[in-house]
Amino acid sequence: MWDSTVGKKAVMAASGLIMLLYLVAHMIGNLKVFFGPGEFNAYGHWIRTVGEPFMHYGWTLWIIRVVLVAAVVAHATAAYQLSRRDIRARPAKYVHKKRGSDYATRTMRWGGVILGLFIVWHILDLTTGHVHTGGFQEGRPYQNVVDSFSTWYGNVIYIVAMLALGLHIRHGFWSAAQTLGAGGRARDRFLKAAANLLALLLTAGFVAVPVGVMTGVVS
Amino acid sequence: MRLTLRVWRQRNAADEGAMSTYQVDGISPDMSFLEMLDTLNERLILEGEDPIAFDHDCREGICGACSLVINGDAHGPERTTTCQLHMRSFRDGDVIDVEPWRAAAFPVVKDLVVDRSAFDRIIQAGGYITAPTGAAPEAHATPVPKPDADRAFEHAECIGCGACVAACPNGAAMLFTSAKVNHLNVLPQGAPERGTRVLDMVERMDAEGFGGCTLAGECATVCPKGIPLSSITDMNREWLRATAKGARR
Amino acid sequence: MSYIRYTTGEPVADTKAPSGPVHERWDRRRFEAKLVNPANRRKHTVIVVGTGLAGGSAGATLAEQGYRVVQFCFQDSPRRAHSVAAQGGINAAKNYRNDGDSIHRLFYDTVKGGDFRARESNVHRLAQISVEIIDQCVAQGVPFAREYGGLLDNRSFGGVQVSRTFYARGQTGQQLLLGAYQALSRQVAAGNIELHPRTEMLDLIVVDGRARGIVARDLVTGRIDTYFADAVVLATGGYGNVFHLSTNAMNSNATAVWRAHRRGAHFANPCFTQIHPTCIPRTGDHQSKLTLMSESLRNDGRIWVPKARGDDRSPNEIPEEERDYYLERVYPSFGNLVPRDIASRAAKNVCDEGRGVGPGGQGVYLDFADAIRRMGRRKVEEKYGNLFEMYERITAENPYEVPMRIYPAVHYTMGGLWVDYDLQTTVPGLFAIGEANFSDHGANRLGASALMQGLADGYFVLPATLNDYLARNPREEDVTAGHPAVREAVAATRERLERLLAVDGDRTPDSFHRELGELMWEFCGMARDEAGLLEALERIPRIREEFWRRIKVPGTGEEFNQSLEKANRIVDYLELAELMCLDALHRTESCGGHFREESRTPEGEAARKDDEFSYAAAWEFTGTGTAPVLHKEDLVFEYVHPTQRSYA
Repeated sequence: MWDSTVGKKAVMAASGLIMLLYLVAHMIGNLKVFFGPGEFNAYGHWIRTVGEPFMHYGWTLWIIRVVLVAAVVAHATAAYQLSRRDIRARPAKYVHKKRGSDYATRTMRWGGVILGLFIVWHILDLTTGHVHTGGFQEGRPYQNVVDSFSTWYGNVIYIVAMLALGLHIRHGFWSAAQTLGAGGRARDRFLKAAANLLALLLTAGFVAVPVGVMTGVVS
Repeated sequence: MRLTLRVWRQRNAADEGAMSTYQVDGISPDMSFLEMLDTLNERLILEGEDPIAFDHDCREGICGACSLVINGDAHGPERTTTCQLHMRSFRDGDVIDVEPWRAAAFPVVKDLVVDRSAFDRIIQAGGYITAPTGAAPEAHATPVPKPDADRAFEHAECIGCGACVAACPNGAAMLFTSAKVNHLNVLPQGAPERGTRVLDMVERMDAEGFGGCTLAGECATVCPKGIPLSSITDMNREWLRATAKGARR
Repeated sequence: MSYIRYTTGEPVADTKAPSGPVHERWDRRRFEAKLVNPANRRKHTVIVVGTGLAGGSAGATLAEQGYRVVQFCFQDSPRRAHSVAAQGGINAAKNYRNDGDSIHRLFYDTVKGGDFRARESNVHRLAQISVEIIDQCVAQGVPFAREYGGLLDNRSFGGVQVSRTFYARGQTGQQLLLGAYQALSRQVAAGNIELHPRTEMLDLIVVDGRARGIVARDLVTGRIDTYFADAVVLATGGYGNVFHLSTNAMNSNATAVWRAHRRGAHFANPCFTQIHPTCIPRTGDHQSKLTLMSESLRNDGRIWVPKARGDDRSPNEIPEEERDYYLERVYPSFGNLVPRDIASRAAKNVCDEGRGVGPGGQGVYLDFADAIRRMGRRKVEEKYGNLFEMYERITAENPYEVPMRIYPAVHYTMGGLWVDYDLQTTVPGLFAIGEANFSDHGANRLGASALMQGLADGYFVLPATLNDYLARNPREEDVTAGHPAVREAVAATRERLERLLAVDGDRTPDSFHRELGELMWEFCGMARDEAGLLEALERIPRIREEFWRRIKVPGTGEEFNQSLEKANRIVDYLELAELMCLDALHRTESCGGHFREESRTPEGEAARKDDEFSYAAAWEFTGTGTAPVLHKEDLVFEYVHPTQRSYA
């Protein structure tokens, strides 16, 4: 599987879909911020207690984290290796440059790098609090979110990353379907529309939070 | 018509190569692009210069030999082969850049000629149905539903020109490989080797140094025979299916 | 006037065809053939030159049988051989349509279509094998057109009244070639075939009277190498490019067969060339080749010219009653589906009368207006869409709205190396298959029969007969590079190439090719007469002399040099052209594609002279510009009795 470009792409597609699934849940959870600190903090608590009494406190969340880390690592490693291979496969460029021919490829590569850096920042900001401004408080996510989006650069980083996310999903979702052999001429329009819709909803849903904070709807 | 050509000149595989500029005059819009190059070459020969080397043969769009990147487009601005491109697609005074196919797996032989033998090796890896001469059953023994026959034909139309590789930002040969996989895998005659065929061909494709697919779609855009991008999707499915089933020789 | 003459030598006979009922001959021949023990086959090397339908299928099949095959093509891949361009289809006597077809009818049609200048034994074998070819190709995955029930579709073609042509849209040749190429590729992967692409055969090596190898040039490095074998098979196609403008690929050439001829292989019926009636007319002097429009278009298109001379109205403005559907008028029972030679000549006649259309009056209309009315545009599109598209791309005219303009062009050469029933030339161990030989089509080939013959030779005939040759001629000592015959052949090749490079004159190879081609088209084209042929025979040696004085080939021999390749091929055209004209001059009858103005019926049709010319003319080479020797092979017709061909 891993030895073949087609197999490696399938790994990328599958790991991407896992992350996408997580993002949908994440985005829906985020929207709870609009219903006040009580509901949002309770949600934060719930994801640590879900599965009890079968699971111990925090176990489910850790499982999710492990799966996600595995997905990110697989996705990024495959992307890195495939990109290196792709660049090697086209060592000489055309003298006559044509614009746009590798738009999707470039967006995916740069978008992927942006998203990777963002994830690091995002975890240090809102999970561990290392780069958090305004005093990170464990167990009080609502306040942490409001603090994060009270700085201009927090908003800029977040919104830029979410736009990159949208573009990434737009090509990535459709592309994953093709890679996993689920596409085809009959389904192509549906898949493209679904990819656009997903990209739009996720970007809008995520961006809604900083916009909410900036406009004072969330404070 | 009067045109300025900037053409990639490279004496041989070891030479570095560069673009050279030529003026051509008296070009008729009815000429094919290659006839325009013929005209230039006739002049170069008489001037004692080395004529421009380019691959060409049938000049009717079916042998797949011709292979020029014209103004950044594999086979030029029309969706056809270079030999079927006519000068009426250009305007008097145009500057036209002519380059060879670019890909690590297609090294330049001379000027605009590249080595595409990697394609032959992909076919050798499994792009056939094992049917030794004399072993065939009566042709009507296995009816093939017309839609399947048509689908097989649509993929079998590939002329192996390599425009898909030339246009791909990753120098990938997915469209070429998938066309042959789908042509044979869709037919009942190809079913027994369906799994090993796709696995072996993809393995060979990777070994030849082609890039991977990022579904940029440029291959299908330039394909003179209109092999659709969905061909790649279908091959991916065949590959995953074969991998899941553990097909190996 | 001075021109080359000829002498007549001993008759030549096909000693391999068994006697007895024609339908039993092939079985008998196969039974009588000696076989090579499968364990010993690996010890035999066979060289196959060319990878088209004949060469590709032969190489694959011989390798499957266990021989060691060394195969060559000048193209960068075997898949590009010019068989790829055949459009219309392949004939087979399957009688799937239940329309009265049979092996005997295909045999009959082919002998008659060839104007009684082919061998009955060969043609009957071809008809028998035709059915196996379809089975073989279907098993390989050739995607022939099918009906909704899943069975194979057929269409009809020129010169016959049954539907026996199998096709894959307008790309039948491509699909059949890919089938052979894929079978070949399987054998390359299995290590049974050593493949040399971009390598061109430049001479034949004959040792002790037997073909034992070839001299070939690596077109990338320019290196000249020798390859040795127990037998050599030439599958190098026809020589239509003598005419410069033809439907052949640009690089199709006659060098392999002509070099073999110079080494002792007789060349048969060189004047039998086929002019295809439905090609796109030329547009100017820049024209580098002509493009064929499949003959299948004549199934539904109607051919016409204006009744009046010099009528320059646009075709859609010419009313029905002022149009002359001349084929339907003159040949009511076959109409637009008369054989190629007849359709071509009729087009030439109306153009000569000044009724031709388009630039220079060199064209006739092929009109689909009726077909579109009858079947609807969609159905026409489905059947001919890709051809219409190609036409529009080349001419910038839309054939759905304006009738196509077509004109005859050189397409196929029925002549070629003389071979016996086993497809062996007069040089023992040298075989010629496909268009490179002369055997099956007589003086005119029927549509969709070239693919049939190429594959019959390659898949079935040669693999059976080559066995016999190898079994009867036990392996001799290996030939080595030091053998005097090898050294002589290599030296001659080098000398020729060096001479071409050394002249450094003031004319390009193409200018000579064009000059020769125009001469041949004028005097040895659709119609020939004594005065014209004599003039051509006088001028060709002069062109040859000028060629060696003024040719300019840039670069060196030790590199990729397309000008050198081309110039070297023209050297051979300049000799072959002379033999073609001489053959055309000596055959004072009209038959098939060979039309002598002096020999016609009162109606103006071609008139054969069976008493004098019921033979194949096999020419023996004696030297450049010196009189060749004519050997006649008498043709005996036991089953299909020669009659004046009538398609009226």
